[in-house]
Amino acid sequence: MAETNGTQITFLEAIKQAMFEEMERDPAVVLLGEDVGVYGGAFKTSEGLLERFGWERVIDTPISESAIIGAACGMSYMGLRPIAELQFIDFIVCAFNQITNFVAKGHYLWNAPAPMVMRGPSGGGVHGGPFHSANPEMYFVHTPGLKVIYPSTPYDAKGLLKAAVRDNNPVLFFEHKFLYRRIKGEVPAGDYTVPIGKAVVRREGRHLTIVSYAAMMHTSLEAAEALAKEGIEAEVIDLRTLLPLDEETILQSVKKTNRCLVVHEDTKTGGIAGEIAAILCEKAFGDLDGPLMRVTALDTPVPYSPPLEEYFLPNAKKVFDAAKELARY
Amino acid sequence: MKKELTRQQYLDLYYFMRLNRAVEDTMVKLFRQNKIVGGLYSSLGQEAVSVGTAYALEKKDWLAPMIRNIGALLVKGVPPRDVFMQHMAKYGSPTKGKDGTSHFGDLEKLHIVSPISMLGDLIPVMTGVAMAGRYLGQKIVTMTWIGDGGSSTGVFHEGLNFAATQKAPFVLILENNLWAYSTPVKRQVPLENLADRAKAYGISSYIVDGNDVVEVYTTTREAVARARAGEGPILIEAKTFRRLGHAQHDPAEYVPKEMRAYWEARDPITLYEKFLISEKLLDAKSKKEVEEKIDTLLAAEREFAENSPMPPPEFAETGVYCTGDECHKIRPQWERPIAEVTPPKSSVKAVWTVEGFGSGKSSGGVNAPIHFGDTKNSLEIPEAEAAKKNGSKASSKPPAKKPEKTAVTSGASRKARR
Repeated sequence: MAETNGTQITFLEAIKQAMFEEMERDPAVVLLGEDVGVYGGAFKTSEGLLERFGWERVIDTPISESAIIGAACGMSYMGLRPIAELQFIDFIVCAFNQITNFVAKGHYLWNAPAPMVMRGPSGGGVHGGPFHSANPEMYFVHTPGLKVIYPSTPYDAKGLLKAAVRDNNPVLFFEHKFLYRRIKGEVPAGDYTVPIGKAVVRREGRHLTIVSYAAMMHTSLEAAEALAKEGIEAEVIDLRTLLPLDEETILQSVKKTNRCLVVHEDTKTGGIAGEIAAILCEKAFGDLDGPLMRVTALDTPVPYSPPLEEYFLPNAKKVFDAAKELARY
Repeated sequence: MKKELTRQQYLDLYYFMRLNRAVEDTMVKLFRQNKIVGGLYSSLGQEAVSVGTAYALEKKDWLAPMIRNIGALLVKGVPPRDVFMQHMAKYGSPTKGKDGTSHFGDLEKLHIVSPISMLGDLIPVMTGVAMAGRYLGQKIVTMTWIGDGGSSTGVFHEGLNFAATQKAPFVLILENNLWAYSTPVKRQVPLENLADRAKAYGISSYIVDGNDVVEVYTTTREAVARARAGEGPILIEAKTFRRLGHAQHDPAEYVPKEMRAYWEARDPITLYEKFLISEKLLDAKSKKEVEEKIDTLLAAEREFAENSPMPPPEFAETGVYCTGDECHKIRPQWERPIAEVTPPKSSVKAVWTVEGFGSGKSSGGVNAPIHFGDTKNSLEIPEAEAAKKNGSKASSKPPAKKPEKTAVTSGASRKARR
C-alpha cells in the first residue's frame, strides 16, 4: 500500500483521474464511446478530457457497441491503447461476439496482443431497472484471453484502471455505479498502479472468511462489524480482479478460518461463488469445517421497483445471517 | 478490359491469379489425400477479386482476408507454404496449429489482420486500424472483404456506419458471389445491386465485373487513392460467382446448371489469358514459363509443409495472454509530431457547433447530475439529512482493521435491517 499525502476522492473521481493521467502520460491512450466527448460521459467520468486532448483522442461514437469494441481492437493492433467506454455495462453484451471471439482469442490464435480496456458502470441498488443494473462479469470470466477487474475502492479503481491501460491484454473494467459518489477514499498524489490478479484482505478475522468484491465488499464489511459484536470475527477478502482469480489469497485465509462465505451481487447460478467452491473442494477440502455458503442476488433479472430490487439484492442482514449459520459449524 | 497498366502490372496480375488457383488446386489434392484437417473452401472463379483488389494496396497498407481470399494473402506476400501448413494444422504454420484456413495474420511485417468465422467483425476492426493509422500520421489505407451473405450481419452496418462517420481511410470489397452457402442472394437482400447499401452511409461505391481482373484492379486503385486522400470509406461491389460449394463437402446441387455454365464460360483466368494474348503480353512460351515457375515453387512449398511436424499436445496450453514486454513490445509507429496530439496543441473547445445555429454550452462539471448514480434510497435519506444537520461526518462504520483507508459516506452501505 502506497503511503499517501493524497486526498479523499470519490470513486468516480478516481476513474476520471486515472483516465486523465494515463492520457497525459501516453499519447497512445485514446478514449471512445457514446457521449464521452462533448457531454463528458453519462456519468461524467470523461468530463474535461475532450477539452484537453482533442477530437482525435476523445471520440464520440454512434450507438454501435460492436463497432466501438471492434474499432478499439483495430487501434490496439496499431500500438494504441484505447479505452472503450460502454455507457452502461449492460450494453456490453451487444458486443459479445466481438469481445469473446475476436478480441479475446487473438493472442492465443495468431499472436496478436490487443492492449485495450473496456469499461463502464455496472451494478444495481440505484433503481436503474433490468437493463441498467446488470452484473455481467461472469460471461467474460468464462472467456480465456480476457482479464476482468471489479474494484471496490477509489484507491483500487484508480490504480487498477491505470494498470489495465498499461496491460498488453484486453481488460474488462467494471465500475459499480452505486459506489460512484457514495464512496470516498484516499489516493496518493503521484502515479501508482495496483497489480491485476491480486486480492486483498480488507479485514482480518479468525472465525470465517467472507469473499466478496465491488459494492458487496462494503456490505460484507458492514456485516462483519455486526458479527464482531456477537464475538464472530470475519475475515473479509476483496477479490478486486475476477480473472485471473487470486486463488492463493482465498486458500490462505480459508486454511486459517476453515469456513468460507462468498457474497456477490451477481445472480447465484454460474456466479463466481461456484468457482470458488470448486477451488476449495479441489485444494482445501480437508480444511473446511462447514459447507461453502453463498449470499447472492436472486436468479432473476434485476427488478425495477425499490421493494423488489431490495429483496433481490444481498444486504448486510443476509450476510450476517448466513455468516452466523456458517460459524456454528 | 484494356486500361493503361505497365507490362509488369499486367503480368503480375496474371501470375498471382495463376498462383492463387494453383495453390487451391494443390490443396484439393491434399484434401483428397486426407492431409487437410478441417474444411476446404474454394475461391475457384473468384481469383480476380482477391488478386485485383489486394494488388491495389501499398506495402504499408493493411488488409484482413475472408476465407476465400487466399489470392489477397499471396499478393500481400504470404508464402504458399504458410497457407498449406495452416490447412494441414502444422506446427510450422503461422498459428502453429491453433487455427486453420486463412485464419492467420501478421501485425509486424505484412500488416495482415486475421479473420474469424463470424462475418462482419473485421469491418469495425479495420476501421479502427485505419483510424489509428491516420492518428499516427501513417497515411495508410485498410481493406477487408465481405460476402453477399455477410452484408446482412449487424456488425456490417455498425462498422460501415462508424467508418463513414469517421471518414476512415478504409475500402470494403463486397464480393457478391451470389450464394451464401445454399441460399441465393435474392433471398437475403432485396436489392439488385448490393453497392446500393453504400447510399445508407453516405459513402461512395463502385460496381465492378468481378471476373475482369483489370477492371477490379483499376477501380480498386482509384478507390484506395480516394480513401487515402481523405474522402472516407469506399464500398466496391464485385459481381462474381462461387463455382464450387460452400466447402469441399458441398456439391452445391442447389445451383441451377445453366447458371453454373454461364459463369464457367466467364472464367476470370481464361478471359484474362485471351486478353493478354491479343495484346501480345503473353504467348505460349511465356505462359509455359509462368506455369513452370509456379509448379516448381509449389512443389517445394508443399514438400516443406508436409514435412512440418504436428504441434506438441501441451502447446495447447500456451499463449492465452501476452505476458508483457518480453512477449510483445507494443510501441506505436509515430509518423507525425506527438506535440500535435498532446496539450496544449490538442486542446479544443468542447462544444458541438450546429450549422446555422451556433454552439451549445459545455456540460456542468464534476457536480453535474448523473444518470441514476445520484438516486438516494428513500429509506436512507432521513438519516443522511440528520447527519448533515448534526454536522457530524456521515454514518460510516469503519471496520476494526482496515489495511486501506476507505470512508463510506452516508447511504453507501445498504442497511442491515435487523
